Parts: sequence; structure tokens; C-alpha cells
Amino acid sequence: MTTATTRPARRRRHGPASDSPSEAAPIRTRALTKRYGERIAVDALDLEVHAGEIFGLLGQNGAGKTTTILMLLGLTEPSGGSARVVGLDPTRHPLEVKRRVGYLPDSVGFYGSMTGRANLRYTARLNGLVEEEAEEHIALALEQVGLTDRADSRTDTYSRGMLQRLGIADALLKDPDVLILDEPTASIDPIGIAEILGLLRRLVRERGMTVLLSSHLLDQVQSICDRVGIFAHGKLIGVGTVPELATTFGDGAAHLEATFLDGTTDPAGALREVPGVEAAERDADSGTWRIVVRPATESVRVREAIIDLGAKRALRMTSLRELEPSLEDIYRTAVAGMTRGFAVEEVTA
Amino acid sequence: MTAEAQAQAQPARAVISRPPSGWRVVAQKEIADHVSSARFYVLLLMLGAAAIVPLYFASDAIRSVASQVQDTRNAFLVLFIYAPSDIPIPPVFGFVGIVAPLLGVAFAFDAINSERAEGTLPRLLSQPIYRDDVVNGKFAAGLAVITIVLVAVVGVISGFGIVRLGIVPSLGEVIRLLAWLALSVVWVSLWLAFGLLLSVVIRRAATAALVGFGVWLLVAIFGQLIVGLIAGIVAPVASAGTIGEALSLTALSETILRLLPLTLYQEASRVLLNPSVTTVATPSTIGQLQQWQQQAEGQLLTFDQSALLIWPHVVALIALTATCFAAAYVRFMRQEVRA
Repeated sequence: MTTATTRPARRRRHGPASDSPSEAAPIRTRALTKRYGERIAVDALDLEVHAGEIFGLLGQNGAGKTTTILMLLGLTEPSGGSARVVGLDPTRHPLEVKRRVGYLPDSVGFYGSMTGRANLRYTARLNGLVEEEAEEHIALALEQVGLTDRADSRTDTYSRGMLQRLGIADALLKDPDVLILDEPTASIDPIGIAEILGLLRRLVRERGMTVLLSSHLLDQVQSICDRVGIFAHGKLIGVGTVPELATTFGDGAAHLEATFLDGTTDPAGALREVPGVEAAERDADSGTWRIVVRPATESVRVREAIIDLGAKRALRMTSLRELEPSLEDIYRTAVAGMTRGFAVEEVTA
Repeated sequence: MTAEAQAQAQPARAVISRPPSGWRVVAQKEIADHVSSARFYVLLLMLGAAAIVPLYFASDAIRSVASQVQDTRNAFLVLFIYAPSDIPIPPVFGFVGIVAPLLGVAFAFDAINSERAEGTLPRLLSQPIYRDDVVNGKFAAGLAVITIVLVAVVGVISGFGIVRLGIVPSLGEVIRLLAWLALSVVWVSLWLAFGLLLSVVIRRAATAALVGFGVWLLVAIFGQLIVGLIAGIVAPVASAGTIGEALSLTALSETILRLLPLTLYQEASRVLLNPSVTTVATPSTIGQLQQWQQQAEGQLLTFDQSALLIWPHVVALIALTATCFAAAYVRFMRQEVRA
């Protein structure tokens, strides 16, 4: 459960509190529950996000991600359990929490008749920033999201990706300790997604803040998050780094991918001889071989054995690599396991 | 556990600069929006017409009217209650009575639901302001803008009276005019609160606008017709055998008419703007009738007497406004942030 990341100490505005326990876990929930009538949207959630990490909340639409986020911000009252955000109860100290937590809502919107800068100015005033201080913060935030040259056009001329970036600038204005992003990459084209993820990575590095983001797009979460929580039917069914989750939810096998020069003798027989190899099959489309190693812990030894074998039998192998466990696979096994285990009746759309 | 205790011990660490009360920031932004919006100019034109048109048609007649009432103390107020007899144009206060609801609904029907539609509501509510700051700010902004327009219109009429007709208002008339303005602001805020309620309850701005204008049409135009019909059925004055019966039936039908807020506003306006109106109701007994006839001759009420006469009307209007606003407020506070 250790986070392998070391991040620069955040520049402190509010005094020396960086090593107090509340800073150690900027977001922590205990048995947090939200019920809508009969339906349970969030079911006894225990979540802990460490300082300075990017935490990905992963789940299908309707899994309870947004509800959780709204409870963390004090915008929805929990039906049970408790939450602590920057050491405070969001239900009882909503203003203080909202002052220190930047929030990018799901499909964020801006006042279309106002310019990007005017929209940010409104947010700045709502946060009690005035005149030069506000203008400074606005200019900085706009620069960080790369919108300086479009800042003075009306926001109804912005693309979805630009709105999303403006939303991030909006959340950064208050110089937050924690940034909560709800589906930051939804309905954005791939290039825009890459831009936003790059931006987020840079921001976390530069400002050293804690980020909680939710997404249903698994590969993005995998590429940016230090730790991931898998969320299904209002429950957190797995937390950890992607490799950790792979060992928990994987099928216990490691996957290798190998390519051979055309015209070599069929390597299948040779590959299957290696102890630990469960299966070796050729993908007809790409021509690569997929090798299943079980148990997964044998993968290093199996790789060495295959290289030796290749040299011995003149298999003319051109590449051999271990496939990273895809979060998508993990997610699927995790959710399937849960559905079997808990006999969930609901069907998510 | 100790972590939480420690966190509790230092909750308000970052009270560096207390932000200005949120509703003011919201109101500022809303006023700026209103003033630059198309609807503001449309409504300015409408109210301007409400002021100028009666004056234009009456500009000839009003001189003679003014000279007729020269000797009395309320020549100035005639500008607001004069209705030309040759064309069917309501007096200024009648016009305000009909247009003000439109103003109120037009400035509030999309207050909350447009924030939802644009996706700005969650962003707005995640700023360090209380949730009611949004409703309060929007209500205050609408009220401020409409009040400014109303004051401007009354100013134009007064200016016309002073410059063109040479009628200078007395102190009493100024007080009555200001009181009438205050009454009109209450009347507008009733509709503003109603519009706000619609914008909270109805998710689509277009639907809210339709419902709002539908209700306005019902109240302002058909309302008195329909309620009059009902009153005619419940209290058929024509069937009365004696004068006493006729009088009590009239009183009943008036009470029924007063269920309409528009009636309340019109009666109160009439009393405030015309000191010679000594009663809002037809007398309901023969004794009262005789008394009324004796008083009717050239009797002018002082301002506090007029105020006393319409006090129930004002209270009823304020209560209605408060009810509408409270309903909007409570609904909004309980609503989920996301759609």
C-alpha cells in the first residue's frame, strides 16, 4: 500500500501544518453512505487519499462516483457515516472545505455570454479575491492551462476541451490544497485528453496538490493515477496501484508477447515445453505470439528460459516483453467477482 | 481518532480574508447581466410606453384636468390616475399593475434552471458561499433592476408634469408617490418571487416562462373576469330584494374579487394616489352608506388615514410575496445539485 511517488513539498500559504495528521490524509471517509429512497448510491464507503497523490476513482456511470464527490464537497448530505476533507467535516464546515478544495464538475459549464476571463473573475470574487490579487491569480491559472490567448473571447465560442481546461483554471483560482475532478476527460477528443492529462501531471508536480479524479475511461486513469480505487454499485471493491490490483484481481497468470521473423519453424511446440508456460497461441492478425505464464511469479524465469530456447533452436525471436496488466481486465474481473459474490440485482446501464 | 481530534482542534486555519457576503457578489454579477440583456431593453420600452402613452394621449386633456383640480391639493397625482375617457388606456397605476408581473416573471423565470442547463450550478455552489446566497442574490438583483426602472419611469412622468404642465408636487403628494412606489416594488417582488419559484421547480426555462406568462395572463387579463363571474354566481346582487341585501351581497362579491392579488394592488394604488378616495369597499349597511355619502363631498384623507385604509392589502401582498419566496428558497435548498 505504499505510494512510490515522491513529490515536492507544496508551497504553504496557510502556515505550518504540512506534517499534521490531517495533512497525511486530505480525504478520508468512514462508512460514508448515501441513500436515495430505496436505492443505495454509496454503500459504506471507506476511502483514504494520501497527500500529494493522484487518486483515480474508477467506475461505470451510475456507480456512485459523483455522489461521493458531492458528499466530499458538502453539496449533498450523507445518509450515514462520516467524511473528512482537509481535516474538516464537509457537512458542518462546508465553506471552509469549499475554500480549500478545487472542484471540476462533470461536464462543467460557463456563462456563455461572458469571456473566459470574466467567468474566472466571478469565481475569484466569490472566493474573496479582489482586484490585483484576483487578476494575478487569473492570469497565472489561464497560463497554466494554456488559454491566455483565448481568455478574452466569449466562452460559448470555446470547444469542449477548452471549457474543460477553463474549468481546471477555475478550480485552481483558489489555490486549493485538494483538487477534485469529476470525469475530467469525458467527451473530449484524444488529443484534448492527452493535453488535459499532461496538464494535470504538470500541475500536481508544480503545485504539489492532492488530486482525486473520477473516470470511466480506464486507460487514462491507469496512465495518470498513483493509486486507483475500483467502484461498483456504491462500493469500493479494490484499492491500490495498478500492479497491486493486478495481483488481487488478476487470474494469477502473467502474459508475455513475443514476435518471430517470418519463415521460422513453428515455435509453438518449443514454447510449450518451457515449464510454467500454460499456453502459447499465435494471433492471426498481428502475427505475434501470446504466452500465458502461470503462476504469474514465474514470468521472469520463463522469459529467461524462452530467450535461451530461442538461441538454442534458432527461433530468430525479434521481441519478447511482458504485457502490463490492463486496468480494463482488472476492472472486469473485479466487477464480475463482485456481482457473483454479492448477487447484485441492479443492472447498470 | 487522534488525527480527527487534532483536526477538529484547528478547524478555521485559513480565515485569511473573509470573502464579501456571497449574495452580494452573486447580485452584482446578476445586475450586470440583466442590464446588458435584451430583455432589459424590451421591458424598459414597455414601461416607458406605460408612462409616455397615457401622457401623450392626455397631453391636451390633462391641462384642463389640471386646471379643474387646481384648487385641490392633489393636482400632481392626477398624472398617475388620469385615464383618458376617449381612448381605452388605463391610468399609469393600472398599467404598472399589469406590466409589473410581466417584469417580475421575465427577470426570474430562468434564474436557477438556466444555471442548471448551462452546467454552471455545481461550479457556483462549490465556491465558498452558502447555498441560499444564490437565491438571495438573484432575487435582490432582479428587484434592484426593476426598482431602478420603476423609479426612472415615475421620474419621467413627474418631470413631464413639472416641466410641461407646471404642476409642482406638494410634500404630501411626494410622500404618497413614494408610498405608491414602495407598494409597486412589493407588487413586483411578489411576481419576482413567483418567477423564482418557477425557475426552481421547472427544469426547463422555456416551460417556466410559458407557465409564468400563462399565470400572468390569467391574473392580469382574465382573472378579474373569471372571479367576477364566480362572484356573480355566489353573490347575485341583481336578485337582492332590499337595499340592505344588495349591499351585503356587493360586499361579499368584493371580498371574492380581493382574492386576486391584482385587485389588492389596484385598490391600494387608488387609495394611495387619490386622497379623495375614502374607502376601499362599498359600504355594507345602510348606515355606512349614508355616512359614506356625507363624507364623499370634497373630503381629502391625510396620508396616514389612507395608509390605514390599505394596510390589510399591503400586509396580504407582503405575505404572498414571502410565501412564494420561502417556497422557492426551501425547494432550492433541498434540491440535489446535479440534474
